[in-house]
Amino acid sequence: MSGGWSIYIVVLTALNLIGLIWLLLATAAKPKNPKPASETMGHVWDGDIEELNNPLPRWWFGLFVLTFIFGFGYLALYPGLGTFKGSLGWTSAGEVQAELDATHAKLESLFASFRDQPLAALVDNPAATKVGRNVFANNCAACHGSDARGATGYPNLVDGDWLYGGDPETVLASIMDGRHGMMPPMVATLPGNGVEEVANYALSLSGLAHDARLAAAGKPKFETICAACHGVDGKGNHALGAPNLTDDIWLHGNATLEGIKHTITYGANGVMPTWGPILGEDRARLAAAWILAQGKSSIESERNDAAETGAAR
Amino acid sequence: MQSVETYNDKVVRQFTLATIFWGVIGMLVGLVIAAQLAWPALNFDIAWLSYGRLRPLHTNAVVFAFGGSGLFATSYYVVQRTCHVRLFSDRLAAFTFWGWQAVIVAAVITLPMGLTQTHEYAELIWPIDLLITAVWVTYAIVFFMTIARRRIRHIYVANWFFGAYILTIAVLHIFNNLQIPVSWTESYPIYSGAVDAMVQWWYGHNAVGFFLTAGFLGIMYYYVPKQAQRPVYSYRLSVVHFWALISIYMWAGPHHLHYTSLPDWAQSIGMVFSLILLAPSWGGMINGMMTLSGAWHKLRTDPILKFMIVSLSFYGMSTFEGPMMSIKTVNALSHYTDWTIGHVHAGALGWVAFITIGAIYSMLPKLYGAERMYSIKAIDAHFWIATIGIVLYITAMWIAGVMQGLMWRATNPDGTLTYTFIESVRQTYPYYVTRFVGGILFFSGMLIMAWNVRKTCQMGAGAPLVRVPLPAHA
Repeated sequence: MSGGWSIYIVVLTALNLIGLIWLLLATAAKPKNPKPASETMGHVWDGDIEELNNPLPRWWFGLFVLTFIFGFGYLALYPGLGTFKGSLGWTSAGEVQAELDATHAKLESLFASFRDQPLAALVDNPAATKVGRNVFANNCAACHGSDARGATGYPNLVDGDWLYGGDPETVLASIMDGRHGMMPPMVATLPGNGVEEVANYALSLSGLAHDARLAAAGKPKFETICAACHGVDGKGNHALGAPNLTDDIWLHGNATLEGIKHTITYGANGVMPTWGPILGEDRARLAAAWILAQGKSSIESERNDAAETGAAR
Repeated sequence: MQSVETYNDKVVRQFTLATIFWGVIGMLVGLVIAAQLAWPALNFDIAWLSYGRLRPLHTNAVVFAFGGSGLFATSYYVVQRTCHVRLFSDRLAAFTFWGWQAVIVAAVITLPMGLTQTHEYAELIWPIDLLITAVWVTYAIVFFMTIARRRIRHIYVANWFFGAYILTIAVLHIFNNLQIPVSWTESYPIYSGAVDAMVQWWYGHNAVGFFLTAGFLGIMYYYVPKQAQRPVYSYRLSVVHFWALISIYMWAGPHHLHYTSLPDWAQSIGMVFSLILLAPSWGGMINGMMTLSGAWHKLRTDPILKFMIVSLSFYGMSTFEGPMMSIKTVNALSHYTDWTIGHVHAGALGWVAFITIGAIYSMLPKLYGAERMYSIKAIDAHFWIATIGIVLYITAMWIAGVMQGLMWRATNPDGTLTYTFIESVRQTYPYYVTRFVGGILFFSGMLIMAWNVRKTCQMGAGAPLVRVPLPAHA
C-alpha cells in the first residue's frame, strides 16, 4: 500500500468515527429550551403520525461510547489504520507461524521416540500405529477409505496384494514419492478381433468364465504384447506396478468381459500423489506402520477363518 | 384542482400482491433445498433441481422478489402519504413494477439453467443486471421526484431510510457488477483475486445493511406508529442512529473475509466498524419498541402489532449476534458453519419477513376498501405458527453450527484432526430435519396469509381512490 492510500484510509476512518462522536455528543446535550417529554416536534404526517423528542437512553449512549473506545483501542494495538502496524506488531501470518512452531515443538518429542526404530518394528508398536491411524484418517482415507480397504480405482491396502510390493520400505516409498500407474490404450496394437480375444484370455487366467476358442487365439497376443508388463504368466510386475491378473482382485472393478475390454481399449490410469512434502517422513512412516499392521491382522484373521473351516470339515 | 388529487395506489396494490406471491414461491424453494440437505436424493439427479442452482434461486426470490416487492409497495405507499402528494409519474411507476417482475422472471429461468455470475446475491447475468439498473434508476427518479414535490416541508424519517436504501443499492449494484461481457450469458469481472472478494462483500454486506435493514427500517418507521396510534419515541434518536447506521455499515464488509488473503488491516477495520454498528442498529429497535410504550395493552388484541414487536425483537437479537460473529476469535468458530445460516434467517424470517407481513396486514384492507383483514384469528394463527417455525429453525442452526465449528477444530494430541468432515455432516442430520420442520411451519403461515389476503380482497369494496389531504397548516 502506498503512502497516499494509507493517508486516505486513515483520514476516512477518522472522519467517520470523529464525525459520529460529534453528532452523538451534540444530540445527547441538553437542548437550550427543553420541551416537556410529552410534547411532539410539531410535525404531523398522514393525519396522525407525530414524533416525540425523548432524550437518548443513557444505557444506549454508554454502549455507543464503549464501542468507540474499544474501536480506538483495537486500532491502536492491531494493524488497521493504513500502513500503521499497531503497537503489538501482530500479523495473521505471524500468528499462524507461531501456532505451527508451537505444534511442531510439541510433536517433536512424540515423533523423536519413533524415529530410531525401524519401520518393521513400528508395525508391532501400538503407540506408533495409533498415531498412524490418525494420520491415515486425515490424509489417506479420502481415497483408500477409513478402513484402508480401498474402492474401485483405489487399491485395497490390507488384502496382501501389492501393485508395487509390500515390504515396509517400498510401502514407505509409495507414500513419500507417490506412484503413477499407467496402462496404455491397447486397441491400436490389437487389430481385428484382438481385444475380444485377449480379454477372454485374461478371464481364463483367473479361472473366470470365458470363450475357450477366443482365449486360445488371445494367448499368443497376450504373451507377445501384454506380457511386457504383466509377465508371460500374467502374474504382474512390482517394478512397473502392473497388476497380477491371475488372482481375484480387480482394481478397476471390472471382472467381466465388457469391463476388461474397456480397460484394454482405453487403458487405465492411477495416481497416488507425492505425500512426502505434505506429511514429512515422520508421519509417513507412522501411516505406513498402521497400514502394514492392518494388513497383517486382516491376513491373519483370514488364515484363522480358513483353518477353522478346515477343522470343521 | 388540488382537492381531487388522489394517491397512486394501483402500483402499491400490484407490488403488494407480488410480495405475497413471490414470498410463497421463494419460501417453497427454500423448503425444497432444506429438504435436499437432509435427503440429498431429492434432487432426482436433474441438473436444474440441484442444490447449487436452487440455492441462488431461493435467495434471489426471497430477498429481491419478496423483500424487493415489499419495499417497492411500502415505499410508494409511505412516500405519498408522508409527502401529501401523488407519486411522481404513473408511467414510470408502472415501468418499475413490470420491469422488476421481468427481472424476477428472468432470474427464475436463468438460475436453474445454471447461468450465473457466481457472486453471492449478485448471481444474475449481465443482461439482467442492465435491466435492474434501468428499473432502479427509474425507482430513484419516481421516489426522489415525489419527495421534491412534497407538500409538507419536513421529510419524514421513514423517507430518509427509504432514500438511503435506494441510493446505496444503486451504487452497490453498479460497482459490483462491472463485468466485461464475452457472450450474451457470460462475462468476467473487472476485479480479480482479493480485490474482487472485497468488492463482492462490500456489496454483499451492504445488501444486508441497506436492502434488508435500512429499507425495512423505513417500513418500521411508518407502520409501527400508524398501527400503534402512538407518536415516534424520539426524533433525535432517529437522527443519530440514521447517520451512524448508514455511514458505519459501509465499512463492515471485510468481516466476511476474516482469515483469508484479505490484508490484515482491512480485516481489522471490518471488525471494528462491525462492533461499532451495534448501538446504531439498536437505536432503530429502541425507537420502534418505545413507540409502543403506552400502548402495550394493544398487543393483547392486535396480532398485527405482535408481528411488529417480534420483528423488532429479532432485529435487536440478530444485530447483536452479527457484531459478536464479526469478532475474529468468534468468527474462527462460526465461519463456514450453519451458525451463519441461523444468523441470516433470524434476520430474514424474524425481522424482514415479519415487519413486511405486519405492514401488509396493516395496509391491505385500506388498499381494497375493506374495514379490516377478513380474519383476525387467521392473522393470530399465522403469527404463532411462523414464530414457532423461526425458533425451531434458528435454534437448530445454532446447535448445528457450534457443533460443526467445534468438531472441525478438534485435534488429537498427535496433531491430527479428531473428526473427518463427513462425521460432522452425519451429526448435523437431525438439525437439518428440524430446520426443515421449522421451514414447513413458516411456509404454512404464508399460505394462511395468502388465503386471508384473497378473502379480504373479495370482501372489500374494490380499489378506493384515496384523496391527497389538503396542505397541512401545522
